[in-house]
Amino acid sequence: MVSCGHFEKSVIDKISHDLLLFFGFPLAVKECSLDLGSFYNPTRRQYDANMILKAISELTSPDAIKTIGLMRVDIYIPILTYIFGQSILNGSAGIVSLYRLRNELYGLEQDNNLLTERFRKVIVHELGHAFGLIHCHNPSCIMRSSTYVEDLDQKNLDFCFKCKTELDRRLSAYRT
Amino acid sequence: MAEKKVSILVVDDEESVRDSLYNWFIDDGYDVECAENAKQALIMLEARDFDIILADIKMPGMDGMEMHRRIKTLNKEPIFIIMTAFASVDTAVQALKNGAYDYVTKPFDPDDLSHLIRNAASHITLREENKSLKERITTLEDVDDLIGESEGMKQVLREVESVAQSNSSVIITGESGTGKELIARAIHSNSPRKYFPLITVHCGALTESLLESELFGHEKGAFTGATFNRKGRFEMADGGTIFLDEIGTISPKMQIELLRVLETRTFVRVGGNKEITSDFRVICATNRDLKSMVKNGIFREDLYYRLNVVNIRIPPLRERVEDIPLLVNHFIRKYCKSMSRDLISVEPAALNHLQKLEYPGNVRELENMIERAIVIGNGKEIKLRDLPMGREVMSSSIESLDDLEKKHIASMLDKYNWNISRASKALNVDRATLYNKIKKYDLKKSDR
Ligand SMILES: [Zn+2]
Ligand SMILES: [Zn+2]
Repeated sequence: MVSCGHFEKSVIDKISHDLLLFFGFPLAVKECSLDLGSFYNPTRRQYDANMILKAISELTSPDAIKTIGLMRVDIYIPILTYIFGQSILNGSAGIVSLYRLRNELYGLEQDNNLLTERFRKVIVHELGHAFGLIHCHNPSCIMRSSTYVEDLDQKNLDFCFKCKTELDRRLSAYRT
Repeated sequence: MAEKKVSILVVDDEESVRDSLYNWFIDDGYDVECAENAKQALIMLEARDFDIILADIKMPGMDGMEMHRRIKTLNKEPIFIIMTAFASVDTAVQALKNGAYDYVTKPFDPDDLSHLIRNAASHITLREENKSLKERITTLEDVDDLIGESEGMKQVLREVESVAQSNSSVIITGESGTGKELIARAIHSNSPRKYFPLITVHCGALTESLLESELFGHEKGAFTGATFNRKGRFEMADGGTIFLDEIGTISPKMQIELLRVLETRTFVRVGGNKEITSDFRVICATNRDLKSMVKNGIFREDLYYRLNVVNIRIPPLRERVEDIPLLVNHFIRKYCKSMSRDLISVEPAALNHLQKLEYPGNVRELENMIERAIVIGNGKEIKLRDLPMGREVMSSSIESLDDLEKKHIASMLDKYNWNISRASKALNVDRATLYNKIKKYDLKKSDR
């Protein structure tokens, strides 16, 4: 993973645990060398996720299976007002931002535990896409599409049986 | 829905927009393709069909509107959704009038986009299910009572035809008695929603709290008298159309609630806490001048614009005098049939007289006159003497029992300021009877 902005060790540890549990791969984190300023859109006061994603896929180290950029800034894609994260289906890279996951943004009290939980969910969800999963209709499945933080809170940090089976089938191709 | 993937064609000249939408829809499991201009899209459409087309309205070369027109000539009926920059919303509204399903303003909220596509997709499923039932609509259905050869009425019917296919909100304006409910029914029964209910709410006849539970439903125990759970009208209209008659009478509080429901399509029953989602189309009617109510701060501007995507104005009868003979014949057929009588004719002098009256009560007034003339006449021909001679005669000398009842009820309602409980007590009838009478005589709470 590439982190742009500081993330606490306890958060990184939890993410590392998730990756091992769901995907069976270890996590390596490196600081980001990107100048985010060049992706900033002053009219929208947001950062262009498509451009960042492209830059990140060029940063990928040869031994990495998937690379996810961890952001703290507000990201968007041109057609949508905001996104939580984005990855390319079956692609090698994705990005996820903490920005829109914070309670404070919605006038609620700060809650760091909840924030970390949401962040982990978005990361696992985007990695699911990177490993070829599409959205799932099971309301508690991590692969269900979420456009609000409340949606995120409703789903489990886990794949439903159907998605898990599909994921394992796809993962086995990487293990050989 | 997993059996057959819903297919989407994205048409936009901007590469970043195409890519973003492509990725978004692919993640959602749709079958997606992109075209960078209208010409390319039309070529692709010759090779295969798409369920949904999402097209930018402004493109170099052929624009989205023109493309939509061409697609219609190809005899294909994909769901057409317009994407627009804020500046071209007017054109988007025009597109809705031409039968586009909906429009979105760039950039859109992720949640709006997923709702929009999900609704469109469920429409497609519905359409598939009904394919065997559904013959292509070539003529308007259920418009029997909409009689008229006048230019004004033809215009109304043309508008009904074009707006029926889209999903946009419609306001029907016209004086009382012009047949606003008939127009609402015609729109519904010629729309893709016709296999689902048309739910009518007469907003003017209900108090604020009654209207609230009528629209949103209530949970058992929500208020005294709520002895069981009840579905609201919005819930019942799921998949279909809700017709809000006398929209100009609703209170400021209801205006806010209505706006919220129209924006989110979700609501909570009175006394409940579960969010309920419903997919409905809204048609409103009013005989008031909403625009000046907005100007005077009595009606919310944001709600007005939500509702007023398409405005159909029904001309009063005095503006279409040439339709009177047709209408007279229509009502004669209608009432002779229902009274099991032989068809009767109209004496020329009587018809001539009918074309000179004022009709503040419009078509309904004419209809009542014909019904009455058939009852009191000789059974062969409607004669001049069977008709009221003018305003004064109408109101004084030959008042029917019904007219007296109507007047009395109206005065009691006004006396008790439309408090239904108190008025029904004073009239010594139960509330249901009073509501029925209000409906029968089309009584309205008068403007202060
Ligand atoms: Zn997703
Ligand atoms: Zn699943």
